[in-house]
Amino acid sequence: MNETAHAFRPLGRAGMAARAAQDIPEGWYVNLGIGIPSLIADHVPADREVVFHSENGILGMGPAPEKHRENPWLINASTQRVSLRTGGSYVHHADSFGIVRGGHLDLCVLGGFQVAENGDLANWAQSASEAGRQIGGAMDLAVGAKRVWVTMEHTTKHGHARILKQCSYPLTAKHCVSRIYTNLAVLEVTPKGFVVIDIIPGLSFDELQARTEAVLHRA
Amino acid sequence: MINKFVRSMAEAMNGIKDNSTVLLAGFGDVGTPNALLDGLIEQGATNLTIVANAGGRARSPDHPARGLPRLIELGRVKKLICSFVRAQSIAGEAVRDGRMEVEVVPQGTLAERIRAAGAGVPAFFTPTGADTLVAEGREAREYDGRTCILERALPGDVALVEAWMADRWGNLTYRDSGRNFNPVMAMAGKLTIVQTHHVCDLGHLPANEIVTPGIFVDRVLHVEAGDPKLPE
Repeated sequence: MNETAHAFRPLGRAGMAARAAQDIPEGWYVNLGIGIPSLIADHVPADREVVFHSENGILGMGPAPEKHRENPWLINASTQRVSLRTGGSYVHHADSFGIVRGGHLDLCVLGGFQVAENGDLANWAQSASEAGRQIGGAMDLAVGAKRVWVTMEHTTKHGHARILKQCSYPLTAKHCVSRIYTNLAVLEVTPKGFVVIDIIPGLSFDELQARTEAVLHRA
Repeated sequence: MINKFVRSMAEAMNGIKDNSTVLLAGFGDVGTPNALLDGLIEQGATNLTIVANAGGRARSPDHPARGLPRLIELGRVKKLICSFVRAQSIAGEAVRDGRMEVEVVPQGTLAERIRAAGAGVPAFFTPTGADTLVAEGREAREYDGRTCILERALPGDVALVEAWMADRWGNLTYRDSGRNFNPVMAMAGKLTIVQTHHVCDLGHLPANEIVTPGIFVDRVLHVEAGDPKLPE
């Protein structure tokens, strides 16, 4: 295959975040996970009112402040200093997860290691035996939000598929993911499996399929 | 006259026994009762079960461990119940070397187990964690077509809490994201000990703004702790 005839440029982290941000309408209450998802807020235009939630009890979270306006008492779930938008509020941890588990969030965007064609998500460990277990709020978010989207690289650093027939890593939750934004495509999880709803310029459907273990369907 | 203020750390820590379960509030460094943790390290109680959001940071040659990682390093923690522990951390090492047990639970389940303890609910079913590794050993039932698992309440013999302002009845307010686990842990501790940045006269805190009423609080120590720090 002549690669130069099929030149395509995978999206970077900011590109993936910007693509997902396009699809978040005004009025939604949204939780953004650690990593690429946390970049999404920077790509929602300031005049589009989207209310961001953070697990440690913030509704109406705003962007990182300028250095001289930093508030050491105001950090997000990734322990980065953030701001509070006008109209924002604080709740305690149990109420914060009441917001999550109670189905009050319109959307949660999580990072992922693997997603399966039935919507299963694995995003907190690469084996069951690790001394580290970094669950945090991911399991609550995955079962609680009205929609769960995942942003992640389409394949691993070594080129292995992450979009699979079945996850091999420990699950975060079953049947929870409705959409995936990767550096190559946007996929919708449907009863028949993954449907490709967007693909980056220069990459063909067949080339995308070659980088995906699960069977892809055309929109 | 009710007066929950104590004048010294020794008085604040008095009577904490070996084998206690200690609820430790805070998220990152914000709302974390660091002075009380130093006091607990000094006080000497051991074989503790610590309930906290996270296991804390990695070993660093430049910054000696403080707080929870220090308590773990000293071998005083028998078991850690938390939502997040890194393999590459003082807590992760202790788990790997078999010096400490760990129970990692989803963060919302952790908060709700503590809330339930404070509210007198012995157990509850939740969809979080169903069909995952955390469901192992848990009773599962279906409600409204979803699999849910049974989680037990998680009370503390002691709760360590950080407030922004307190009065002599133990009424508390918090600052910004410093609220986090503090209100639910205050409810769930048999002995709730508070460090507060500011103290005020009874009647100064507007009734509508008190987040934790003094009924949940046993002891209050005034500690001018300064601003929370970013992770090292």
